[in-house]
Amino acid sequence: MNRPLSGRVAAQAVLLLNAFLVLAPMVIMGLSAFKSTREIFQNPFGLPGVWRWENFARVWVEAKFALYFRNSILVTMASIIIILILGAMAGYALGRFRFGGNDLLYLYFLSGLMLPIRLGIIPLFILMRNLHLLDTLWALILTYAASGLPSAVFILTGFFRTLPSDLDSAARIDGAGEWLIFQRIMVPLVRPALIIVAVYNLIPVWNDFFFPLVFIQTDRLKTLPLGMTTFFGQYSTDWGALFAGLTLAALPVVTLYALLSQQFIRGLTAGAVKG
Amino acid sequence: MRTSRRMWLVFFLGPATVVFATFITYPILSALAFSMYAWEGIGRRGFIGLANFARLFATFPYSGLLVNAFWHNVLVFVVTMLIQNVTALGLAVLLARSPWGTRGYRVVFFLPVMLSLVIVGFLWALFLNPIFGLVNKFLTLAHAGALARPWLGDASTALLTLIVVNAWRWLGFPTIVFLAGINAVPEEYVEAARIDGAGEWDVIRRIIFPLLAPAVTIIVLLTFIGSFNWFELPYIMQGVSGAPNRATDVLSLLFYRTAFGEVDTGLQDIGIGSAIAVLMFALLLTVSAVGAVLLRRREVELA
Repeated sequence: MNRPLSGRVAAQAVLLLNAFLVLAPMVIMGLSAFKSTREIFQNPFGLPGVWRWENFARVWVEAKFALYFRNSILVTMASIIIILILGAMAGYALGRFRFGGNDLLYLYFLSGLMLPIRLGIIPLFILMRNLHLLDTLWALILTYAASGLPSAVFILTGFFRTLPSDLDSAARIDGAGEWLIFQRIMVPLVRPALIIVAVYNLIPVWNDFFFPLVFIQTDRLKTLPLGMTTFFGQYSTDWGALFAGLTLAALPVVTLYALLSQQFIRGLTAGAVKG
Repeated sequence: MRTSRRMWLVFFLGPATVVFATFITYPILSALAFSMYAWEGIGRRGFIGLANFARLFATFPYSGLLVNAFWHNVLVFVVTMLIQNVTALGLAVLLARSPWGTRGYRVVFFLPVMLSLVIVGFLWALFLNPIFGLVNKFLTLAHAGALARPWLGDASTALLTLIVVNAWRWLGFPTIVFLAGINAVPEEYVEAARIDGAGEWDVIRRIIFPLLAPAVTIIVLLTFIGSFNWFELPYIMQGVSGAPNRATDVLSLLFYRTAFGEVDTGLQDIGIGSAIAVLMFALLLTVSAVGAVLLRRREVELA
């Protein structure tokens, strides 16, 4: 389509301005991470005079970022593994077996898509206390796993339904057991759906702040978002360290995004964009 | 064979059902019940019907706090719609023409959506620091030093500033959703309109916008849910009490304070907290249901 040059230039100006507004704060964050506090105050926009890598070392070791990262990785991986295993098992049964109550159970899981689980935080807190799970990573893992199940069941049931029914019939005639059919034949065929489910849950779980805030007290059990609040309280006058901490915290997500941006854009808008 | 089939079904469905029922269904249903009991700390006492709701609506300090927080949520929704989603629609219209660099713009615009609100909140709290922050320094450099102010410390600007920071983080999301909606408009509709002599603006207004209705409904709905669940950003940037002087207090903060206690006042009341949860729940569920119905109706019209 041919449009007047002036229109195209104006459009580029608007898009470039927005890209600048997105990127400039992040670039300044990254540059400030290498400066001393005094330099940040005196020269906030320029390049650092000396690149102070020691800011990162201070944050990684003294401010326990290594520990917070470990906890976040553990919680995120465990939650997603549970979501994938339980979601695939339930989706397989709902998608490929006909039994009384099938539709009802499916709708029951789907109801979780609408329910804001945060509003159940008081009973959930008391439940975790009674189960002696408060102030453990399990409280987080179980909460994330449960809240990830509705979308997983929804996506995976849909995928399992589309697989041709001859597949399992043939395997059954050959005498394969149910678990073998599920594990060896069905799961490999829905691998793309498993990836969608994992991507859909990865960022919300990794970034969550609310549940650690409620469940976790002990400093060495804090996940990265919660640990950051402790860190900001302790280092409030050391701006070089603060920016290094922010940069370090943003780095894994930004790196992952740089590698797989299309998957993340598609995954995170999956609920809002159809087909 | 039949019993073994049943056992397999239990085996496949049992774990997911138990986890979901225990950690989602049970807490949510209990939250409804909790609102109708008297509480001492986290000990449940007798059934008191709607007395918690009556106290929430009619007694000091809850009634004032509730109304104050509620209107802040409404403001967050309205202003976010106006500045974030209208901007997103504009960007999507520009990107839909596939200008030079479209792929790059998409990736860049969506980037902040990936960042945790804790990072975003702390980063902007540093930028907005009244003395050392770069926002006021920039204004001074741009000879607009008169505009420099304690953005987060001034009750008249604090909430709006938070909304702008929130929009900085989220803008890419509605942009991508609108862009996908526009790209889904069949090319022949646009061609046909052009042949009939429609101008650029006519095409946008008469063809693209009406066909974009489902995407708009989804974004309005998600913005509403997000605005009424708003918690992380005000908590990180302004603290649990909605500083300054409750100017940034919202329902989720009020709920959190009544449920788990406020550092400064020690105010904790699980009965009232549960009542707030039930109100928010009813509001979110009603709006989601209405939205879902609207969405379905529009889909039928399009078919």
